[in-house]
Amino acid sequence: MNKHSVSNRLNRRAWLFIVPSLVLLVSFVFYPMIQAFFTSFQTGIANNTEFGGLANYQRLITDSTFKKALFNTVLFLIIQVPVMILLALIISSMLNNKKLKCRGLFRTAIFLPCVTSLVAYSIIFKSLFANDGFINGLLMNLHVIGEPINWLTNATFARILIIIAITWRWTGYNMIFYLSGLQSIDDSIYEASSIDGASAFQKFRYMTLPLLKPIILFTTINSTIGTLQLFDETMNITQGGPANTTITISQYIYNLLFKYQPNFGYAAAVSYVIVVLIVVLSFIQMKVGDRNE
Amino acid sequence: MSKKSRVMNVLQYVVLTILSIISIFPFFWMIIAATNKSVDVTKGTMVPGTYLLENIKNLMGSDLQYLTAFKNSLIIAVVTTALAMVVSSAAGYAFEVYKSKARDRVFSIVLLSMMVPFAALMVPLFRLFSKFNNIPVLKWIGLNSTGSVIIIAVATAFLIFFFRQNTKTFPRELIEASRIDGLGEFKIFTKIYMPTMKSTYAAAVVVTFMASWNNYLWPLIALQSEEKRTLPLVISAMGSSYTPDYGMIMTAVVIATLPTAIIFFIMQKQFVAGMTGSVKG
Repeated sequence: MNKHSVSNRLNRRAWLFIVPSLVLLVSFVFYPMIQAFFTSFQTGIANNTEFGGLANYQRLITDSTFKKALFNTVLFLIIQVPVMILLALIISSMLNNKKLKCRGLFRTAIFLPCVTSLVAYSIIFKSLFANDGFINGLLMNLHVIGEPINWLTNATFARILIIIAITWRWTGYNMIFYLSGLQSIDDSIYEASSIDGASAFQKFRYMTLPLLKPIILFTTINSTIGTLQLFDETMNITQGGPANTTITISQYIYNLLFKYQPNFGYAAAVSYVIVVLIVVLSFIQMKVGDRNE
Repeated sequence: MSKKSRVMNVLQYVVLTILSIISIFPFFWMIIAATNKSVDVTKGTMVPGTYLLENIKNLMGSDLQYLTAFKNSLIIAVVTTALAMVVSSAAGYAFEVYKSKARDRVFSIVLLSMMVPFAALMVPLFRLFSKFNNIPVLKWIGLNSTGSVIIIAVATAFLIFFFRQNTKTFPRELIEASRIDGLGEFKIFTKIYMPTMKSTYAAAVVVTFMASWNNYLWPLIALQSEEKRTLPLVISAMGSSYTPDYGMIMTAVVIATLPTAIIFFIMQKQFVAGMTGSVKG
């Protein structure tokens, strides 16, 4: 017996500390997760269901709304996440400069969007970008545009608006991770490279990026999981419109449950697409992260 | 300093200033809008008005039950946070202090739940909670109950992980000494560990309260009746109206954002620590 092992009495006590959490996690995460998997093979409306085999998964292939939702979600993912991560990296390497004045002020300002709830900021953005809203007024006064842009009703602009909104809300959040990562890097490395004549870009490319790699990987996976579940913003800014051009997978699941006749089986099948995407993308990102070591 | 690096230096300030303005502007605009009439907001006024009290009066007088929603949100956030601090921290503490092979294995399964998207739980949870409504002892967490929103957020993998990480800094000698003094294991946790780990708890409180206060999707599913609605649900309903009263909506948004903004400015350090999942000291 080694000295780390605990006595029987202590062992039982230890489980007592853990059991309440376990009961809750099993009831509200693991059991439902497995339940959803079985439900995804059921067809029918509301509680009148029967075993339908792979029918729901076959329906996915021909469902044009699902394809739109999948396309939009992936589109938001591949455009928004890289833009945001790069922006957060650039800001944090600027803010890491100890000689910079007003560092705290800049940091607080850029982090501030994180205090808003997703619904609250979505409503603010919806108002700012309304037809007669502030942004159109500003752009027209600056003579950038002649007529107001239909941010909420034009497919392309609605998508751009969603991307702008998410980037506004989450860039500061990611920046904080990079800043705390950068603070653990010894300043003398940067000073030495400055003396050696490295440019700001070289320092960023060959020092900051490699040193922050584990954190970049973590935030990328985090943002990927978040974006794949995007709901609050599209629901509150565009309601998924116009004509489903901004609908996300989560919102489609919500619609399947509450907007139409509830189809639990099909909604569960759609939700498993997100599960598979998260597992696959996280796996790829971890592999890519390892390879460049 | 060379000419080129001086230009870069100036450019840095310009970029950071522009980004800061973009970050702050929606807050500024929200406050301006809350103090003005809806028509003036639409006209693009940029000066604080004198219509705030009128907007508040309209908001309270409307049939939105804003005050009820505020009360619901507050009760849910406070009770969730209090319960989560006891339940999740106990688990995180035990995983670290009473290390064993079996518990480490259970811990890695707990971590797996972080990967589970809420979208995948929406369907089964809705059905599960609707069953609770028919079971007398579980009715208090059935659909449309405040309990249904609380119970789901009490134990989270994130919090358990967060407490386990921070427990690594907790001096083991304190536990040994307390055992010699004859304190039981639960007493050690409540009387020694909890007070010692104040800064960890502060960060966890901030992040849990925030998450609960801002939660939208599960309350949207679980709370269907008007008098149970939380603030995000009411604000969302206001935003989707066809004839939006911007002054009143922004007043509602300001009031809903106030608690989290105050917490942010008072406890900025813990706020950041809780968000990034790390606390030093």
